[in-house]
Amino acid sequence: MAEIVDARGLSCPEPVLLTLEAIKRLDKGEIEILVDTDTSKENVSRAASSMGWSIEDISTEGTGYRIKIKKE
Amino acid sequence: MDAVKNFFATRKGIIIVGLIIGILAPILQKLGNPPNMGICVACMERDIAGALGFHRASVVQYLRPEIIGFVLGAFLSAIALKEFRPRGGSAPFIRFILGVFAMIGALVFLGCPWRTLLRLAGGDGNAIFGLLGLVFGIWLGTRFLKAGYSLGRTQLSQSKAIGLGFPLLMFGLLILLLIDPQPEGEARGMLLFYSLKGPGSQHAPLFISLAVGLIIGILAQRSRFCTMGAFRDLILFKQGHLFSGIAALFVAAIITNIVLGQFNPGFEKQPIAHSMQLWNFLGMTLAGLAFALAGGCPGRQLFMAGEGDSDAAIFATGMIVGAAVAHNFGLASSPAGIGPNGAVATIIGLIICVIIGLTMRRR
Repeated sequence: MAEIVDARGLSCPEPVLLTLEAIKRLDKGEIEILVDTDTSKENVSRAASSMGWSIEDISTEGTGYRIKIKKE
Repeated sequence: MDAVKNFFATRKGIIIVGLIIGILAPILQKLGNPPNMGICVACMERDIAGALGFHRASVVQYLRPEIIGFVLGAFLSAIALKEFRPRGGSAPFIRFILGVFAMIGALVFLGCPWRTLLRLAGGDGNAIFGLLGLVFGIWLGTRFLKAGYSLGRTQLSQSKAIGLGFPLLMFGLLILLLIDPQPEGEARGMLLFYSLKGPGSQHAPLFISLAVGLIIGILAQRSRFCTMGAFRDLILFKQGHLFSGIAALFVAAIITNIVLGQFNPGFEKQPIAHSMQLWNFLGMTLAGLAFALAGGCPGRQLFMAGEGDSDAAIFATGMIVGAAVAHNFGLASSPAGIGPNGAVATIIGLIICVIIGLTMRRR
């Protein structure tokens, strides 16, 4: 099961901070991050990529996005 | 549409936005805006506070169309690309207070982060101390963020009104500006206050200011341009994305200033600046900390307000009120130096921001 980070409604840079915390905690595997602005979507994706995680999928969910990231 | 959407979020995209702003700001100065103040969100909001009579400092009263353009440009861009999201409710009063003190700090130094860069790009060495203070203040903010600082979650609103309020207010101010221009040689229109001398009397033609404001509002909304975030992400994540935008702004502004003959290096007699370096540093420390705790530089707050973020609108309103406080009670600096109560206000502001940083926690 993927770890879920709910960053909806949080202002910059908290979505990225929470994502990086989860990345540090898990080291590898799958994480799903929920965000509700395009800015957060871009920031989280950029941060995950820079940590060597791949963006598996970005789907819209409600008025926001669900970002799936993965590292083998 | 998606290609446009993604382009400005790329490294190349934000560098281009920085270059455009860096060229446009000195041109606004050439066309009439005050020296090294082609764009200054803090100064321009302060001038708006003066135009509305919230303070009566006669030299800084003008309803700056650039600010209106920033908000409306971001608003139109967000609507067009379906990014308009009415939201609010994340510690609004704390954000208001942060806005007030951000403005007080900025007016002790005499500039927002944008003007800090533009002053440097115009050769004003005093801005080095402001920049150092800004970075130190943002660094302090990142310490709180690392320790779990948070203003809590915002709520998406079903009602559009919550996000439309601030853009509509700006639209209303634009109408007011158009129907109530400055009468020749007079400091008062029907309602609005104007300046006969000083920075408030210096401005580019209205429609050029408005157009540049709209262009920057659109570009900044697309690219998420943020001067505070530039340093914050560098310090917190070693992420240089936003920083490349402000670096581009700085380089473009220096070159444009040299081309236009507006580059005058030195420390003494710099325009709308003082040389009390401790207070240049501490004023911007206060501003930088307040921006970091509120999640955006004053420009970014305007763009977010345009996207429907009513918390950002409250921060911007706090800054306008802060300008009134700063000029009514002798906190704002002038070329002669800091105001009689500027030092004590800066220290009180720093204490209050630290208390906010320590007490607002995620867990």
